[in-house]
Amino acid sequence: MATAFSPTKLTATVPLHGSQENRLLLPIRLASPSSFLGSTRSLTINSSRRLNHAANAARRSPIVGVQEIVKEKKATNSLLITKEEGLELYEDMILGRSFEDMCAQMYYRGKMFGFVHLYNGQEAVSTGFIKLLTKTDSVVSTYRDHVHALSKGVSARAVMSELFGKVTGCCRGQGGSMHMFSKEHNMLGGFAFIGEGIPVATGAAFTSKYKREVLKQNCEDVTVAFFGDGTCNNGQFYECLNMAALYKLPIIFVVENNLWAIGMSHLRSTSDPEIWKKGPAFGMPGVHVDGMDVLKVRQVAKEAVTRARRGEGPTLVECETYRFRGHSLADPDELRDAAEKAKYAARDPITALKKYLVENKLANEGELKSIEKKIDELVEEAVEFADASPQPGRSQLLENVFADPKGFGIGPDGRYRCEDPKFTEGTAQV
Amino acid sequence: MSAIIRGAGAATALSTFNPVDSKKLAAPSRTNLPARSKRYIVAGSDASKSFGSGLRVRHSQKLIANAVATKADTSVTTGTGHELLLYEALQEGLEEEMDRDPHVCVMGEDVGHYGGSYKVTKGLADKFGDLRVLDTPICENAFTGMGIGAAMTGLRPVIEGMNMGFLLLAFNQISNNCGMLHYTSGGQFTIPVVIRGPGGVGRQLGAEHSQRLESYFQSIPGIQMVACSTPYNAKGLMKAAIRSENPVILFEHVLLYNLKEKIPDEEYICNLEEAEMVRPGEHITILTYSRMRYHVMQAAKTLVNKGYDPEVIDIRSLKPFDLYTIGNSVKKTHRVLIVEECMRTGGIGASLTAAINENFHDYLDAPVMCLSSQDVPTPYAGTLEEWTVVQPAQIVTAVEQLCQ
Repeated sequence: MATAFSPTKLTATVPLHGSQENRLLLPIRLASPSSFLGSTRSLTINSSRRLNHAANAARRSPIVGVQEIVKEKKATNSLLITKEEGLELYEDMILGRSFEDMCAQMYYRGKMFGFVHLYNGQEAVSTGFIKLLTKTDSVVSTYRDHVHALSKGVSARAVMSELFGKVTGCCRGQGGSMHMFSKEHNMLGGFAFIGEGIPVATGAAFTSKYKREVLKQNCEDVTVAFFGDGTCNNGQFYECLNMAALYKLPIIFVVENNLWAIGMSHLRSTSDPEIWKKGPAFGMPGVHVDGMDVLKVRQVAKEAVTRARRGEGPTLVECETYRFRGHSLADPDELRDAAEKAKYAARDPITALKKYLVENKLANEGELKSIEKKIDELVEEAVEFADASPQPGRSQLLENVFADPKGFGIGPDGRYRCEDPKFTEGTAQV
Repeated sequence: MSAIIRGAGAATALSTFNPVDSKKLAAPSRTNLPARSKRYIVAGSDASKSFGSGLRVRHSQKLIANAVATKADTSVTTGTGHELLLYEALQEGLEEEMDRDPHVCVMGEDVGHYGGSYKVTKGLADKFGDLRVLDTPICENAFTGMGIGAAMTGLRPVIEGMNMGFLLLAFNQISNNCGMLHYTSGGQFTIPVVIRGPGGVGRQLGAEHSQRLESYFQSIPGIQMVACSTPYNAKGLMKAAIRSENPVILFEHVLLYNLKEKIPDEEYICNLEEAEMVRPGEHITILTYSRMRYHVMQAAKTLVNKGYDPEVIDIRSLKPFDLYTIGNSVKKTHRVLIVEECMRTGGIGASLTAAINENFHDYLDAPVMCLSSQDVPTPYAGTLEEWTVVQPAQIVTAVEQLCQ
């Protein structure tokens, strides 16, 4: 599938408003060499050795989009971020990493159960996007949602307690690892089935548009939907791309392409593995970005979010990223090539940002170390808090099934079931 | 409140004493009945039941809640009502709620410019605009999910399935997100959607357009299901469903859209959890809903002539069941017949049989009998289709059997 991409052919399908910043969102550019942040410029599929598919053997795909802006900036000697921003990004990524590492420990110690999917290695995507959002913007995620919740502002305590199944969890212990919700921070979950969150995100974006156009409120809220490469073969994804572009909804579809859907390689399951190309097919820009590089992600995110806020519609962003651990804590992760893992480990987004900050004199080792220490303490404290929190009582069993508990109906005695005193004890017959 | 029900197929035979003529039931036309049509009383549950300490039935001063009990031979509403067809009643209810609350919106296929394939949303797009009455592409799963996401973030969507059967494609969203997210989010997000559409067996529409989805949805925790059967309760249930904070699935029936009835001019809603007493009686309780109500009432005519006194209850609330109204009836008559259009296996009738046996076993003098549709994909041929659905003659036979 090595094809030469023709910029003109592709850009013709996407009507873009001419402004300098929009050059980022031209679907394709052939990358020029850059050693910026140590990222490689081409995507080599190491696992192709295992595949007999000849077409994939020598596939190369360029990283697009941000290179040019970066080069320009370098030329004028100005940096992409300020010190404060840099430290904020660093802290958020360290929080994500430490938290997930602690989750693994707690899982193996029997403090949490079920399916737990960790985000190690993908922090740049979460931090790169979510740190640009306001509190009223919405985020929709998948089962790999701990770090999205943390980046959005849900406290580590609330997430850890939720994982432990305690009352103090963000969902009162009723959701668990795969269902992190927070009304306060507009974290719209946490979904166990892949793809089922994308329509919900589309609905949240629809509400923004409705508020602006029908209710005449000043609403600039955008929604960011995160999902993986496997989801991009699912019907709900395409249905929502269509509707989002059709109604010009303020939504950004972020594909966290980590190449693997449990044990299914992206190349084995997808006829055209370049997911960003599917955006223009529906009438929205599609961008491919190096998802191991938080600054590149942030640049693309900035543009996509601005587009959405301006009412110009959705964007599809494909982030090339990698998960350092298995699909879940139950996954032995034996299928992936050691060389592939090593290659991406060398592109650890946290190490890369650290290097950038230090080399560009935005921070020194001491400051970064103190951030790491602070986060360690925060995570430890979260564990202590979760440990000390009570488990849900029986009274919680029936409480949130219905927003209006009259939905349990009228019992034989003529009273609503929810009026039965046993209802609040959780022992009523319903 | 008395109602004169005219028009559509099943109802035309209500006023006659002829044996059931299946061909007469065939055409849902709006032929006028002979002038001397027997008036027929709809008596509702007593609106003044007390509900214990905290919770009162949701009445406001201005609203008349649910079907009201009347004595025989009182006149129709004091002449200030207006007559309309069932689909117009649904439209009226929807329009009133959209006027009342700007967060109420409609989404579905052909609801906007086309006016809805059964004309329930006719004229609404002109009045409220293309965003409030949204014509969606054909993607049930995605637009149902979109409605759910919109509900979570503050809107109150009414999602239409052009045919309820199409909502099978939205099952993921209805089950996982609509029903469960309130609980899974620890009560943080409410999902006040109404999912509505026509279902049931029509006139030779074929298997896939003749489905009864209430049996598939009934196990989903966190949703309520109601079925309307008259213009009065159609409007009342539509309004109640929109105002409810819970996700409600409103089942309409393809053959009932042209029923005509006079409904009050004043605003009213029907209680979502209550059943409707259609005809009080002493000998046997017949529980039914939606279109089968008319087959039952037709059979009731025959039964009355034969000397029986059936009590007919339209359960209306398919999930949860109104066990109070049902229980009081069982305690009075000691015999229960359930007549439904659902499939035999796992249908609403099956659940209702279990609930009655569990709760009122001591009051029964005979086993609960349940007449449901055959477990057969609805055939196209008219004769075969007729045999899959419960007909009034079968109801008469069943009552005779139970009352021996």
